Amino acid sequence: MVAGLSALLSRRSGPDLMPQGRLAGPMPWVIAIMVALTVIAAAAGLALSNTARNAADSLSGGVTVQVVEANPAERDRQAQAVAAALRAVPGVGEATVVSQAELEKLIEPWLGVRTGEDQIPVPALVDVRLRNGVDGEKLGQLRRIARQVAPAARVDAQSSWLKPVFGAIDSLQWLALALVALLAFALAAAVLLAVRTALGTNRDTIEIVHLLGGTDSQIARIFQRAIGFDAAGGGAVGLALGLVVVLALGQRFSGLGAGLIDSGALDWIDWILLALVPIAGVLLATLTARITVMRALKKIL
Amino acid sequence: MTKTAEGEIVQFDNVGLRYGTDREVLSDVSFTLFPGSFYFLTGASGAGKTSLLKLLYLAQRPSRGAIRMFGADAITMSRERLPALRRRLGVVFQDFRLVPHLSAFDNVALPLRVAGVPEKELLKPVGDMLEWVKLGERMHALPAQLSGGEQQRVAIARAVIGRPEMLIADEPTGNVDPDMAVKLLRLFEALNGMGTTVVVATHDVHLLKKVPDSLIMRLDKGRLSDPTGALRYPPRPHGGFGARG
Repeated sequence: MVAGLSALLSRRSGPDLMPQGRLAGPMPWVIAIMVALTVIAAAAGLALSNTARNAADSLSGGVTVQVVEANPAERDRQAQAVAAALRAVPGVGEATVVSQAELEKLIEPWLGVRTGEDQIPVPALVDVRLRNGVDGEKLGQLRRIARQVAPAARVDAQSSWLKPVFGAIDSLQWLALALVALLAFALAAAVLLAVRTALGTNRDTIEIVHLLGGTDSQIARIFQRAIGFDAAGGGAVGLALGLVVVLALGQRFSGLGAGLIDSGALDWIDWILLALVPIAGVLLATLTARITVMRALKKIL
Repeated sequence: MTKTAEGEIVQFDNVGLRYGTDREVLSDVSFTLFPGSFYFLTGASGAGKTSLLKLLYLAQRPSRGAIRMFGADAITMSRERLPALRRRLGVVFQDFRLVPHLSAFDNVALPLRVAGVPEKELLKPVGDMLEWVKLGERMHALPAQLSGGEQQRVAIARAVIGRPEMLIADEPTGNVDPDMAVKLLRLFEALNGMGTTVVVATHDVHLLKKVPDSLIMRLDKGRLSDPTGALRYPPRPHGGFGARG
């Protein structure tokens, strides 16, 4: 299909000096697979980047105060007192005590539904939102004030809880980037091999064109055009395949209903970047073809 | 290095050629070619005719000596400048060297396309040329569908379509009937009359008599000899051909 498309696109007023079939072969399909894999890897990288950014944004001004106290009444009193004290601190937007119902919901996946008198006491939580980000100095100030009314209070920046997760996301982003780079390298290598084979197959024709006054650039353009059409056809198919996979995966992940994963949805700019992958593939393929041909022709008089 | 005399288009000075480490196939070849002259290059099979022609159409660099073409040093010339020089030449290869997947029309049009002539300006001259070599009806045939003689006529049409300043033909009449051979010689003469320098390599001694004003270069075991006594070096002041073997 791609080879047929390539042949159709390559028609022009004059003939092709190199027979198209000799260059085409499986090349469009190889390029299609490379582009599809690149689109998927790039989409994963972009989604992870969005996840990390959105999570960092939402957690950057968040502080959690745990009030550890066995007596439920005293725990509630201290929690309310901490919230009131922190609200008075400059830079604090809001400080609210997390309701018991919300707390139960949060710990339900681990401890199950807790009923009766013998339930394990859990700390009261105060969710604090700062107008600006949290730094060590601000955290220290909040800790001192909270401990004045609740001596056993633990004050933590929310972002520090997710530090290992951010680290993992960061590693996955680098992995996605490395995959994109490796796929680009593999694409260039495949083009190089195809062009070298075509150069060998068409050696006589190239020599004739040379002897008739053809320049290296003219010959290189023939290869660039042939590879360019292959890459364009393969790239279009690869993009379509890649997008189908990305959309299907997106749908599966959105069904999980997990906040962190939902925040990794692709923006319109991400879709544009993905659409640029086959264009970058065509540019890389034609550039590789040109460099390969020009270097090979330098060895011929 | 010898300075190219004004008006000479080719000057070989003490040129030698060897392939790899074999013995020289051309030794101490010196001659000059002048614009508008008609040369026959003769010699037995293996005498070095094709090797000499390869040097002339810039497919090979010599192992030693100096070659100047169209006023430029063809030995030290950069690769980038060679195409421009090659476009001033028309070459009929002994084995035709037609591009196998191109039709007769496209093969003949190839030098014009390489030179950047627009497609619409190709149709008439290429069609006329193919008519002239009696292949008007076969212009869409691939080389494999043509007889040896027809392929040779395509090769000749391709060599002359660009009105080259120098036409180099290696056994151009080897595969055509006597009538066509004479006709092709008349074409070469006509081109020569328009100022094209013609160099025809042939082992057919009868052909030499058919162009009375031609000059003869004879190669014998890689050395240029002077069969008529007319060859000498440096060149004669009034054109013609000079050589030292």
